[in-house]
Amino acid sequence: MTRDVLPHLRESATFDRAVIHEIQRAAETGIYDIRGWGAKRRVPHFDDLLFLGASMSRYPLEGYREKCATNVVLGTRYAKKPIEISTPITIAGMSFGALSAQAKEALGRGASIVGTSTTTGDGGMTPEEREHSKILVYQYLPSRYGMNPDDLRKADAIEVVLGQGAKPGGGGMLLGQKITERVAKMRTLPVGVDQRSACRHPDWTGPDDLAIKIEELREITDWEKPIYVKIGATRTYYDVKLAVKAGADVVVLDGMQGGTAATQEVFIEHVGIPILAAIPQAVQALQEMNVHRNGVQLIVSGGIRTGADVAKALALGADAVAIGTAALIALGCNHPRWDAEYRKLGSAAGFYDDYHLGQDPAGISTQDPELAKRLDPVVGGRRIANYLRVLTMEAQIIARACGKSHLLNLEPEDLVALTVEAAAMARVPLAGTNWIPGES
Amino acid sequence: MMKFDLASHSVRELNQLLHEQARQLTEREWLVLNPGGAHSIACGIDQELSVTIDGHCGYYCAGMNKKAHVTIRGNAGVGVAENMMSGVVRVLGDASQSAGATAHGGLLVIEGNASARCGIAMKGIDIVVKGSVGHMSAFMGQAGRLVVCGDAGDALGDSLYEVRIYVRGKVRSLGADCIEKPMREEHLKELRELLARADVDADPRDFRRYGSARQLYNFKVDNAAAY
Ligand SMILES: Cc1cc2nc3c(=O)[nH]c(=O)nc-3n(C[C@H](O)[C@H](O)[C@H](O)COP(=O)(O)O)c2cc1C
Repeated sequence: MTRDVLPHLRESATFDRAVIHEIQRAAETGIYDIRGWGAKRRVPHFDDLLFLGASMSRYPLEGYREKCATNVVLGTRYAKKPIEISTPITIAGMSFGALSAQAKEALGRGASIVGTSTTTGDGGMTPEEREHSKILVYQYLPSRYGMNPDDLRKADAIEVVLGQGAKPGGGGMLLGQKITERVAKMRTLPVGVDQRSACRHPDWTGPDDLAIKIEELREITDWEKPIYVKIGATRTYYDVKLAVKAGADVVVLDGMQGGTAATQEVFIEHVGIPILAAIPQAVQALQEMNVHRNGVQLIVSGGIRTGADVAKALALGADAVAIGTAALIALGCNHPRWDAEYRKLGSAAGFYDDYHLGQDPAGISTQDPELAKRLDPVVGGRRIANYLRVLTMEAQIIARACGKSHLLNLEPEDLVALTVEAAAMARVPLAGTNWIPGES
Repeated sequence: MMKFDLASHSVRELNQLLHEQARQLTEREWLVLNPGGAHSIACGIDQELSVTIDGHCGYYCAGMNKKAHVTIRGNAGVGVAENMMSGVVRVLGDASQSAGATAHGGLLVIEGNASARCGIAMKGIDIVVKGSVGHMSAFMGQAGRLVVCGDAGDALGDSLYEVRIYVRGKVRSLGADCIEKPMREEHLKELRELLARADVDADPRDFRRYGSARQLYNFKVDNAAAY
C-alpha cells in the first residue's frame, strides 16, 4: 500500500509498522500489551488442507436422501452417564466475568437448541447458565473460583483445565474493570482488583497426582460424570498419553490460535503450536494406547470457523471440536454495526480484541450493565444455533461428498495438503503426490 | 455407630454410603477402620455426620466436605479438606501439602504440623495448626484465617488477598506483598474465638498478625520486580 502512494518508501519486513508501534507503546507505558482473541499471525492451518471428494474409486452419498449422521457420545470410558451431543461442535469454556451473564446465557441457549454442550469458565457456574444449558460442562481450573460440590453435581461433565492454547503454562487474568461486585463475590475477591489466577493447580502436580485428583472428583460425583482434561497444545503426544494414563474420559486439545479473554500478546503469539500440528500427535498417542475411537474421545479447538474446519479436524481423528472466538463473532462481536464505537476505543469492526478492558460495544466481553443489555440472550441464542447448524450442514456436505454416512467416518485418507509444512504437520500427502514429509 | 472396615470394603462403597446420607439419613456416627493411607476417603459428604477415621489417610481426605465433622486419628496426605465448604475436619497427626487448599468455609484443625502450601488459595476456611507450617502457606489466599501456633516456613502469605494470618512462633520469611500488621482488640478477640473453637490452649497475645499490603492488587510498573 505504501508503495502505491509513495513508491520510494520501503517498509521494513523486520520492523514493520505494527512492530514500530509496539516498540513505541512499550517505551511509553513500561508494560507489556494485554489483549483478548487468539494468535493473529498466520500459521499452518486447516486452510492448507483439501478434501478428495469421491469419484470413480469412492462413491458419494446423495445430499437430501442419504443420511450423514452427526451425533457423538462423550465419556464412554468410565462415566456412568456419558453425554450424547447431536452435533460434534461444542461451545468452549469462557468465563462469566470475561463474558457478560447475557452472553453466557445466549451460548447456553444456542447450544441447547441444537443439542450440544456449553462450558463454564474461570469464574464458576451461574444459575442463568445452568438453567439455559441442557448439557453443561463445569471447568475445574487452577484458580477454583466459585468451585463447590453442589455445582459439581449439577454439571453434566467436569473439565479439568491444565492449560489453554492461547497461553499454555499461563494462568487466567481478569483486569479490575471487570471485577464488579457480582464477579468479585463469585470469585471471593475484592472488587476492582487485577485478578491474576494461578497457572498450576494448588493441590496436585504432575500426572501421578492428577490420577488421584480425577479419582477424587469421580468419588465426589459417584462416578457419574465424564471427566475431561483440557491441555494447551505443546508437547501434545506426551501430554495426551499422560492425560489418558491419569484416567481422562475425554481429552480437550486447544491449539495456539485458540482465543482468550486476556493474555499478554507475547504469550498469545509465541507459545504453543498450531492445532493442525497437534491433532496428529494426539491421535497417535491415543492409537498407541488403544483408546482412539475406543473409549477416550478427543475434542479439539483453536481457530475453528467453518464446516470445512470441523470436517478436517474430524478427518484427522478428533471426535468433536470446540469453538470460542467464532461463537462470540456469531453473537455479534466485531459486528460492523458497532464500528463507530469500536473506533472511539481506538479499534475498528473486524479488529476489536480488547476483551480485557470490558468496554465491548457489542455487550459480550463486558460487565457493564448498560453495554451488556445490548445483547438479548434469546436473539443471541438463535444466532448461535443458526451458526452451529450451518457448521454442521457444511461438514455434512463434505462428508457426503467423500461418501461418509457419519461425520466420524471421515479419515486422513480423505485429505491432502497444499503446502509441504501442512503435509508434514497433518501427516497427509502433499496434493498430487504420495509424499508425506517425514514418513515416506 | 456404623463401623466400616476398609480392609474388607472399598473407598467407593464407603463414599457411596456416606453420600446417600444426604438423601436419607440413617446413621450419624461413622467409624472407618484400616484406612491404610487410601485416597479420597470421606470426600464429598453433604450431611451432618460424625466420621472418625482410625489411622492414616492418603490424598484429599474429606475433600469438598459440607457439614460433616471428620476426625483423622493419624496423618493426612496431600490436600486434606481441600475445597471444604463447611463442617470441621480435625487431623490428630501431621498433614501433608496443600491442607485446606481453596476451601470456602468450615474449620480445619491440624494438631501436628502441616507441610508446604497449607491454606493455598483458601477462600474463606479457618485453619488452625497446633504445630508449624511449611513454605508458601496461604499462597494467594483470598479469604479466611490461618492460625499457626508454631513456626511458618518461607514466603508466608505470598500474593495474599484478604486472608488474615496469625503466627505464634518464628516466620522464616514473608512472601510478596505480605506484611506484619498490628494486633488490635478485634484481632485478639477473633483469634481467641478461633483457638477456642479449635480447642487449642494458647494465649492470643503471644501471636503476631500478617496480612496483605494490597500493593499488588492493581498492576503498577514500579512493582514489576514482584510480578
Ligand atoms: C473470551 C474468552 C474467554 C475464555 N475463557 C476461558 C476459560 O475461562 N477457561 C478456559 O479453559 N478457556 C477459556 N477460553 C479459551 C476457550 O475455551 C477455547 O479454548 C478457545 O477459545 C478455542 O479457540 P477459538 O477461540 O479459536 O475457537 C476463553 C476464550 C475466550 C475467547
